[in-house]
Amino acid sequence: MDIYREEILDHYKNPRNFGPTSLKASRGERVFKARETNASCGDVMEMAVVLKGGRLSAIKFEGEGCAVSMAAASMLTEKVKGKKVAEAEKMTDDEMIGLLKIEVGPTRRKCATLGLVCLRKALP
Amino acid sequence: MLDVNKIKKDFPILSRKVNGKRLVYLDNAATSQKPKAVIEAEVEFYRRHNANVHRGLHSLSEAATVIYEEARKTVAGFIGGEADELVFVRNATEGLNLVAWAWAAASLKRGDEILTSVIEHHSNLIPWQRLSRAKGLKLVVAGVAENGVLDMADFANKLTRKTKLVAIGHMSNTTGAINPVAKIVKMAKRVRARVAVDAAQSVPHLKVNFKDLGVDFLAFSGHKMLGPMGIGGVLIKKERQEEMEPFLTGGGMISEVWPQRATWAAGVEKFEAGTPNVAGAVGLAAAVEYLTKLGMARVYEHEKKMVAYALKRLGEIEGLRVIGPKTTESRGGVISFVMEGVHAHDIAQVLSSEGVAVRSGHHCTMPLHKRLKLAATTRASFYIYNDKKDVDALIDGLKKVKNVFT
Repeated sequence: MDIYREEILDHYKNPRNFGPTSLKASRGERVFKARETNASCGDVMEMAVVLKGGRLSAIKFEGEGCAVSMAAASMLTEKVKGKKVAEAEKMTDDEMIGLLKIEVGPTRRKCATLGLVCLRKALP
Repeated sequence: MLDVNKIKKDFPILSRKVNGKRLVYLDNAATSQKPKAVIEAEVEFYRRHNANVHRGLHSLSEAATVIYEEARKTVAGFIGGEADELVFVRNATEGLNLVAWAWAAASLKRGDEILTSVIEHHSNLIPWQRLSRAKGLKLVVAGVAENGVLDMADFANKLTRKTKLVAIGHMSNTTGAINPVAKIVKMAKRVRARVAVDAAQSVPHLKVNFKDLGVDFLAFSGHKMLGPMGIGGVLIKKERQEEMEPFLTGGGMISEVWPQRATWAAGVEKFEAGTPNVAGAVGLAAAVEYLTKLGMARVYEHEKKMVAYALKRLGEIEGLRVIGPKTTESRGGVISFVMEGVHAHDIAQVLSSEGVAVRSGHHCTMPLHKRLKLAATTRASFYIYNDKKDVDALIDGLKKVKNVFT
């Protein structure tokens, strides 16, 4: 049951940067949003990022999904918050799965990368 | 009573381990396992009889043709049909697409209505959606009642003189509810609508009789009834066959061909273009013989017992809610459920680590899940080789799910 190791369950039960994605842009900021679904699971995710000076100054996500998709999105937001847009854009699927430190079978890859796909869609 | 211990021995896969645990296979609504008799029948065809059918004069080809047509007779007879009413296709999906494009596209006119339901598997919905758009037909969708069964009042309201085809599932692959097809046929006849039945879930689990039901079309999949993948059938009434255009075109379905035109073969061959899955048909016939030996009434009774026991034991799990009928009446061996606070995929993953195979997701019934306001459910489905120990393994697994997630 390594897939549900403590850290994954912790992020699932207490997701970081989770909450309403209706972020407001202040002076010098821009807000970008995206919505992504994983039709085969019924997962839905919305992500909003605030860009300031080429960096992701804030990020929020909300939605419903399995432990893997929710924990992955939560870990992703922690990872990219404060980073340069170019850095966030460079992140690959394998790097995302690497963050989880679990073995992800072919069926669950889509769950593990749902947040990343949503983030890519949101970034300008 | 089925001798489950004896039956289990006929299925080689059931003796293997999954994740170090005994395989508890409860995903039978997706596909069934195959007994030795079926695997061997298919292998035997390739080892001893392989040749193309309806084409050669040589001995092997003639023998293969006889074997193929014998299989057609066996399989059609199992479902109360005649050999010349059975078209071999890949699966129920292909069978329903065949009905849509070879019959409905040729017979229905702009403004005509097709009546289906929100419970349907996508295979009995999307062909009608596409056809309706292409031909200017209206697709009317009957609703679901509170207990997950077809809303008969809504169905009756929507069945009108404009309805030319009723496309309905015999048994839900999600709730296990069995629709009153005989009654639906009676109602449809009053408005002179034809009836196409998606019998993918019913034919493997209960006695289905094409003739007695009086339906025009009945599609099923071989792989859900112990047969090989890639073979299934659609039974079509003779009168309907005469109204039909071909489905796929090419070799084997013609009478005579000129450079600019062709005429069609008579009978079911008209709908079987290209080399058919002969080995698959032979395997399916072996599956049908296996089921016939057990007796479909006993198969149904066995699954009913499994459902009764599973419903009782699922009731022990706090926060678990069964979707669909809560009794064994008018339902088959399929139980879908949700667990508070745990996604279906996570349930299935924990169960898999315990060797228990269940389905999670929307089971190709997205409209039903949306209507019931569910993103995904977990589904356990039974067959002849499942016993109470398998249900116990499911329950133990679900208790583990609770431990992991709460």
